[in-house]
Amino acid sequence: MSQEQALQKKEQQAVQTVQEATEQEVIMQPAVDVSEHANGIVLRADLPGVHKDQLSIELEGDQLVIDGKVRLDLPEQLDARYAEIQTSRYRRSFTLGKDLDGENIEADLKKGVLTLRIPKRAEVLPRKISIKSGD
Amino acid sequence: MLHTAFFSRPGSLYQELSRVQRQMDALLNQALGGTGNIRESRPDVYPALNIGTSPDAVHVYLFASGLDPEKLDVSLEQNVLTISGERKDAVDENEKFYTRERFQGEFRRAVSLPEDIDPDQVEASYNDGVLHIVVKRQESSKPRQIEVKS
Repeated sequence: MSQEQALQKKEQQAVQTVQEATEQEVIMQPAVDVSEHANGIVLRADLPGVHKDQLSIELEGDQLVIDGKVRLDLPEQLDARYAEIQTSRYRRSFTLGKDLDGENIEADLKKGVLTLRIPKRAEVLPRKISIKSGD
Repeated sequence: MLHTAFFSRPGSLYQELSRVQRQMDALLNQALGGTGNIRESRPDVYPALNIGTSPDAVHVYLFASGLDPEKLDVSLEQNVLTISGERKDAVDENEKFYTRERFQGEFRRAVSLPEDIDPDQVEASYNDGVLHIVVKRQESSKPRQIEVKS
């Protein structure tokens, strides 16, 4: 490879890295509510425009990643006049604590709201200890 | 690519700049107590909206997840389209919240539409948490081919 070619290749790689980095910046963070109850955590996320088959929920170790793509019913020849939503991708990740059971998450997507129910591990649930009477 | 209408190519410098611009506008608006049309609120409120025009209609997209479409009120007066409603999640009373970023309560958004719309031809549908309102434009304002007679 000539020096020139090598330089060109380097340049291409640099451009690609910049593009990838910028792509990540234009992803929207969906608004979420996180709550806890006796048996686990409930996470609700606003993902308007995301259909079930455009949503991925992944668990890698204790990292939970929600990733969704917006699909709108757009007519042909549409000129954008005003846009508050300019990116078609939502992504947000969360770290689950060790007390949560990532294997048994229940997910439900309705009207653009994702609800995740993350149960606590059985061993950390409060246990009722029955007291035997001694008489 | 249909999506390019609203969603510019990821990574474009223009998009980044316009995002920064919008954030600056929002901050300035907050600081100055709002500018622009008196009915149009600042851009980061719930629900966000996009507007586009096609040759025969004006399309308004409201990113309003978690609503009961029956309780949505869409009205058109003069050329101002107003959408109002309420979002109230069914929450278990034992839930203790750590984070509450999602909007709850009543909302109202209004936008002025172009002059050439036909107020009698409005349709609205609600899918995946997006309210899509189509307001047809008047026949007379559609672009038409003019025949040249020889």
